[in-house]
Amino acid sequence: MDLQTIWFFLWVLLWAVYFVTDGFDLGVGSLLPILGKTNEEKRIMYNSIGPLWDGNEVWLITAGGVTFAAFPRLYAVMFSSLYSALMLILFALILRGVSLEFRGKVDDPRWHKIWDTCMCVGSLVPAILFGVAFANIFQGIPIDGDGVYHGTLFTLLNPYGLLGGVFFLLLFLVHGSIWLAVKSEGNLHDRAADMANKLWPVLLVVAVIFLVASAFATSIYDNYLAHPVLFIFILITVLALVGIKIFLAKKSYWKAWFSSALTIFLATFYGFIGLFPRMFLSNMNPDYTLTAFNSSSSSLTLTIMLVLALIFVPIVLVYQFWAYNLFKGKVTKEDLAYEEAY
Amino acid sequence: MDVLMLSRLQFAAATFFHFLFVPLTLGLSVMLAIMETRYVRTGDEIYLKMTKFWGKLFLINFAIGVVTGITLEFQFGTNWSRYSEFMGDIFGALLAIEALGFFFLESILLGVWIFGWRKISKKAHAIVMWLIAFASTGSALWIITANAWMQHPVGYVIRNGRAELESFAAVALNTFGIFMFIHTVSAAYILSAFFVMGISAYHLLKKQHVEFFTKSFRIALVFGLIFSFVAIVEGHLHGSHVAETQPAKLAAMESHWETSKNAPIYLFAFPDEANEKNSIEIGPIPGMLSLLSFHSTDAEVKGLKDFPPEERPPVLITFASFKIMVGLGFYFALATSIGWLRRNRLMESPWYLKLMLYSIPLPYIAIDLGWTVAEVGRQPWIVYGIMKTADAVSPIAVSQVAVSLAAFILVYGLLGAAAFYLIIKIARKGPEAVA
Repeated sequence: MDLQTIWFFLWVLLWAVYFVTDGFDLGVGSLLPILGKTNEEKRIMYNSIGPLWDGNEVWLITAGGVTFAAFPRLYAVMFSSLYSALMLILFALILRGVSLEFRGKVDDPRWHKIWDTCMCVGSLVPAILFGVAFANIFQGIPIDGDGVYHGTLFTLLNPYGLLGGVFFLLLFLVHGSIWLAVKSEGNLHDRAADMANKLWPVLLVVAVIFLVASAFATSIYDNYLAHPVLFIFILITVLALVGIKIFLAKKSYWKAWFSSALTIFLATFYGFIGLFPRMFLSNMNPDYTLTAFNSSSSSLTLTIMLVLALIFVPIVLVYQFWAYNLFKGKVTKEDLAYEEAY
Repeated sequence: MDVLMLSRLQFAAATFFHFLFVPLTLGLSVMLAIMETRYVRTGDEIYLKMTKFWGKLFLINFAIGVVTGITLEFQFGTNWSRYSEFMGDIFGALLAIEALGFFFLESILLGVWIFGWRKISKKAHAIVMWLIAFASTGSALWIITANAWMQHPVGYVIRNGRAELESFAAVALNTFGIFMFIHTVSAAYILSAFFVMGISAYHLLKKQHVEFFTKSFRIALVFGLIFSFVAIVEGHLHGSHVAETQPAKLAAMESHWETSKNAPIYLFAFPDEANEKNSIEIGPIPGMLSLLSFHSTDAEVKGLKDFPPEERPPVLITFASFKIMVGLGFYFALATSIGWLRRNRLMESPWYLKLMLYSIPLPYIAIDLGWTVAEVGRQPWIVYGIMKTADAVSPIAVSQVAVSLAAFILVYGLLGAAAFYLIIKIARKGPEAVA
C-alpha cells in the first residue's frame, strides 16, 4: 500500500475517533435543557463528561493538524471553502468548553442559565454542522481548479447537506443519552434511557433515508459497486445500529453505548470508503477534485508522520482508555459535594 | 479593508487573546507541581490548600487556552490557505506533532487531575501535575519550533511549487527556535510568578492568610528571580541571533537607518518613517548596537535604508514594542531582586507588596509586546525571505472575514470579561474559595 492510501484511512480514522469520543459530549450538551430538570441533574450531566471532554476534543485538533501535515492542499482548500461553517463550529466549541469550566464557579441561577444556554448551543451547532459539512464533502462542493470556493454558507445548506446534519445530530443525541444512562442514577437515568429508546427509531429512519439519498445525491456507491465485498461494511454498520436497540431493550447500557460508538465509527468510514481516493469533491469539474494523491505532502513528511502516528496514536489510546476506566463509575449526588465538581 | 488586513487583524486578535491565558498555565503548572510535591512529602495541609487554590485559577486559564488554541490552528486553513498549501509539508507536521505527542497528554491528564483526587494515590496525583507541566512545555516547544521556521526557515527545498521538507532534524533543531523557546518560556514563568506574587501581596497587605500567601509568594519569587535574569541574558543572545538572521527586523527594533560600523544605541529616539530618519535622538552610546549585535564595537550593522522600502517592517511599532519590552524586562529583574532582599520581611514592606500587586499586568504587556516584535518585525514576510504575507491569504469573500472578525471581538470580549470576573472573584476570596 502506498503512503497516500495509508494516510487517507488514518485521516478518516482520526475523524471517526473524534466523532465517537466527542460525539457523546455534544449529545449530552445538546440534551441539557431537556433531560436536566433540576440544577442537580444538570450538574450530573456536566460532571458525566467533565473529566473526559477536553481529551476528546484533542482528537479534533489532531485531525486538523494531521490534515495540515499529510494533505496540505486539502487543508487549505477545505478549511477556506467551509470558512463560515468552521467558524461557527469553533465559536460553538469555545462556548461549550468554557461553559463546563465557568458554570460551577459562581452560585447564582442567572449565571447558571447563561452557561447552560451556551452549553446547549455550543453542543448543538457542531453536532449539526459537522454532519452538514461531511454530507457536502460526499456530495461535492463548488470549488474551481485554483481551490477557490464559489458559494456561501447557504450553499452548504442544501437538502442532502441538511439531511447529513440531522443524521449526525441524531447519532450524537443517541450516543449522548446512552452515555448519560450509563453515568447517572434514578430519574435522570430513566429519562436518559427513555430518550435513547425514543430517538432510536427516528435515527433508524433517518439513517435509511441517508443511505438511499446517497445513491442519488452522491457517487459514493461507485466504489461499493466496483467491489461488492465492501457492502459488508454497510451491513456491519446497520447491525451495530440495530445492536443499540437490542442492548437498550436488555438495559445493557454499556453494550448499547459501544454499539452506538461502533455505529458512529463505521458511519464515518462509510462515506469515505465510497469516496476513496477522493477527499474533497468539486461539483464544478471532476478534474478539480482533491484526492489523496494530488493533495498530499512529500513522501518524506508522510513517512516521518506515519512513524510518529504509529508510535503516538496507540500510546494516546492507552492512556485515554486508562482515564475512561478511571471515570467509568456513575456520577452520584455525593460526587457533587466535592469542591472540584462542575 | 481587504481580506488581507482583516485576516491579519483577526489572527492578531486571536493570538493575543490566546496568549493572555497560555503563559500562566505554562508557569503555574510547574509551581503547582512543586506545591503538590511538598504536600505529598511533608503531609502539610497548607500545601494541599495552595495546590487547590492556585489550581482553580490555573484551570480557568487552561480552559480558555484550550478552546482559543483550536481557532488558531484552524485559521491557517481558513484565512491563510495559500500559506498552508505552500508551507504545509513542514509547518503542518510540526502542529500535528504538538497535538499527538503533547497536547493529548496535557488535556487527558488535566481531567484526571481535576477529578482524580480520590481515584488515584496522592503521589500519582502529584506526578500527573508534573506530566501536565512537562506536556505543556512540550506543546510550547513544537508551536514555537513552527513559528521559528516562519522566522528563519531551514531544512527545506522549494520543489513542486511549494516548500518541501529536506531535513527534519534541521527543522526540529532550528537554533532560532531554541532561542525563542527559552525566551518565551522564561517570559511565561515570569508572568506566572508575578501573578502569584501580586495576588499574594493583595492578601498580605490585608494581613489575611499570612502563612499561606507568604509561602506562595516565596515559591513564586524564586521562580521570578531566576527567570527574569535568564530572560535578560538569553534575550541578548536571541537578539544577536536576530541580527544575523533577520537584519531588517533588528534595524527596525533599533530604528537604525544608516548602515554603519561602531553603531550607537540612543537613550531615547523616535523614528520618522516618512523621512527615513529619527526625529529625536538623545544620548548616544557609541558602538553599543554593534557590540550587542555582533559582540564587537567595530562590527557593521545594516541600516533600514539598505532594504528596499517594501521589504522593511513597520518601524515605529517594532521599535516601540521592543524598547518597552526590554525596559519591562529590566524592571522584572529589579523588582524580584528587591523581593529577594526583603523575602524575610515581606509583612514589614507594604510599599513593596503594593508595587507587586500593581505589577501583575506588566508581564502580560511585555509578553504581547514581545510577540509584536517577532511578528510585526518579520513583515512583509510571512516566512522570512520566502513568502510575503500578502501572497499567503485565502481567496475568500471579504464579507466572511468581516463577520468572523466581528464575532471574534464580540465572543472574545465577553469571554475575557467573564474570565476576568471569575479570576478576580476567586483571587480575592483566597483559600476560602476552596474550603
